[in-house]
Amino acid sequence: MQDLLRVEDLVAKYQADNGEITALEDISFTVQEGEFISIVGPSGCGKSTLLSMIAGLTKPTAGNIVIEGEPLVPGKVHTSIGYMLQRDNLLEWRTIFRNVTLGLEIQHTMTSENIEYVTNLLKTYGLYEFKDKYPSQLSGGMRQRAALIRTLAIRPKILLLDEAFSALDYQTRLAVTEDVYRILKQENKTALMVTHDIPESISMADRVIVLSRRPAHIQGIHTISFDMPDRTPLNCREHPKFQEYFNTIWKELDVHV
Amino acid sequence: MFKSGVSQGRWEWKKGTNQQSGEDQAVSPERLLFLENKKKRKNQIRFTQIFLLIFILLLWEVTARLGIIDSFIMSQPTRILKTFANLSNNDLMLHLGVTCYETLVGFLIGACGGTCIAIALWWSDFLSKVFEPFLVVLNSLPKIALGPVIIIWVGAGTNAIIVMALAISMIVTVLEMLNGFVNTDSEKLKMVKTFGANRLQTFTTVVFPSNIHTLFNSLKINIGLSLVGVIAGEFLVSKAGLGYLIVYGGQVFKLDLVMASVIILSIVAALMYQAVVILERWITRLISPSR
Repeated sequence: MQDLLRVEDLVAKYQADNGEITALEDISFTVQEGEFISIVGPSGCGKSTLLSMIAGLTKPTAGNIVIEGEPLVPGKVHTSIGYMLQRDNLLEWRTIFRNVTLGLEIQHTMTSENIEYVTNLLKTYGLYEFKDKYPSQLSGGMRQRAALIRTLAIRPKILLLDEAFSALDYQTRLAVTEDVYRILKQENKTALMVTHDIPESISMADRVIVLSRRPAHIQGIHTISFDMPDRTPLNCREHPKFQEYFNTIWKELDVHV
Repeated sequence: MFKSGVSQGRWEWKKGTNQQSGEDQAVSPERLLFLENKKKRKNQIRFTQIFLLIFILLLWEVTARLGIIDSFIMSQPTRILKTFANLSNNDLMLHLGVTCYETLVGFLIGACGGTCIAIALWWSDFLSKVFEPFLVVLNSLPKIALGPVIIIWVGAGTNAIIVMALAISMIVTVLEMLNGFVNTDSEKLKMVKTFGANRLQTFTTVVFPSNIHTLFNSLKINIGLSLVGVIAGEFLVSKAGLGYLIVYGGQVFKLDLVMASVIILSIVAALMYQAVVILERWITRLISPSR
C-alpha cells in the first residue's frame, strides 16, 4: 500500500542574526491512511517547524515531503493538508457558519456540494443551531469544535494539530481531546499531532514519534496498542500499559532541568 | 434554506422566553438598593457639573458688573449672548459652514489617504522599512511650521487650509493604522495562510477587520487634529471661518466675538467627535451584532 505521507531526510536550518541554527536533522517517517501519529519532543526542538514544513508554510533546507506519491512543492501550501493551531482563532466578526467556511472562501471552492458537506458536519457535531451566532457566544469546547470543522471543511487528507489543545484549561482539554478524537475517527481522518504532553500523545496516538533535543532527530518510534474494543483518549489512560508507554517515552526524552 | 429559517425562528423564540423569565424573576432588595445608589451617584455627578458651569458663569457676570474684572478685556456672559444674537444676523452660518467644510474635507482625505498609505506600507515590508525614518521625522515636525510653504505652493485660500488640516492628520493616521496592521494576531495570520490565502485575502479576511477598532480610534484623534489644522490655517490665511472670526475679533479687540467663536468651535468639535462615536457604534453593530 502506498504511504499517505512520506517524510524523507528532512533538514531544517535557520539563519539567525547570531548564527546558523539547525532545528531538524535527517527526519524520516511515513504515515499510513487513517493513522493517528503523535510527535513529542523537548520544548524548542523544532516540532512546530516540522509541521510548518509539511503544511508548506516553511521551506525545508533539504529533504522531501511526499503526499500520496506526489512530492510537495516547497513553500507552497498544499490543499490536502488541514492545519489546526494552538488557539481556535475564530474570527469574532464572522458568524460560526462564515468562520467554518473561511477555508472554502479563500480557496474559491464555495460550491453547493462543499456547503452541504459543511452543513452536515455542523449538524452531526451539534453546531448547526449556532451557525448564525458569533464565536463569543460559544463555550470553549464548542469553539474548538468549530475550529476543527473549519479545518475539515476543505476535506484535507491529513490533519496537522500543532499543540491544538494547549490553550485550554485541563478539564476542557480532556473533554476536547475526547471530542476531537471521536470526530477524527468517525470521519476516518489521518492526523499528525505535535504536543509536549506525553500522556496526551499516548492517549490519542497509534504511533508516537519521539524527537531529541536540538538539532532534533528521531529518537524512537513507538507503536501504541491497547487491546480495547472501543478505545478513547480517556479510557485508555486506565489501561495498565499506559504507564509502561509513559515510562519508556519519558526515559527516551531524557529531560534535564 | 427553509430549514435554516425554521431553526432560526426556534432560536429567537427561545431567546424570547428567556428574556421573559428574566423579567419575571423577583429582584432582591440588595439589587434594588445597588441600582438606586448607582442612579443617585450618576445624578450627583451630573448635578455638580451643571452647578459648576452655572457658578462660573454667574461669577464671571457678577464680577464684571461690579467692575472687579474689566469686561472689555475679559468679556462677560451677557455680552457674549448678545454677540450670538448679532452673529446670527451677520454671517455666523457662513463662517461655521466654511470651517466645517474645510475640516470635513481635510478629515476625509486624511483618513482615506492615510489608510491607503498604511496599507501600501503593510503590503511591502521593504517600503515600510525605507519610509520609517521619514515618517518619524514628519510626525514629530510641527506641521504649522510648513504654513508659509503650503500657502506659497497651493495659494492663499481654502486649499491651503485643507492642505494644512491634511498635513496634520494624515501622518498620524498612517502611523496609527500601520501599527495596528503590523500587530495583527500572528496566529490568525498563520491560520489563513494554512488555507493558502494570498496577501490580499489575508488583508481582507483578517488584517483589516481586526483593525476596525484601530481605524475608529485614529478617526477620533483625526477629527480633532483636522480642526486644529483648519483653525491654524484660518489664522494664517482666510477670509471666512471661525478661525478668521477669532483672529479678526482679537485684532479689533472685540473679545465678545472671540469668546463666542471659541464657544461655537468647542460645540462643533464635540459634535464631530460624537458623530464619529455614533458611526463606530453603528458600523460595529453592522458587522458583528454580538459586540
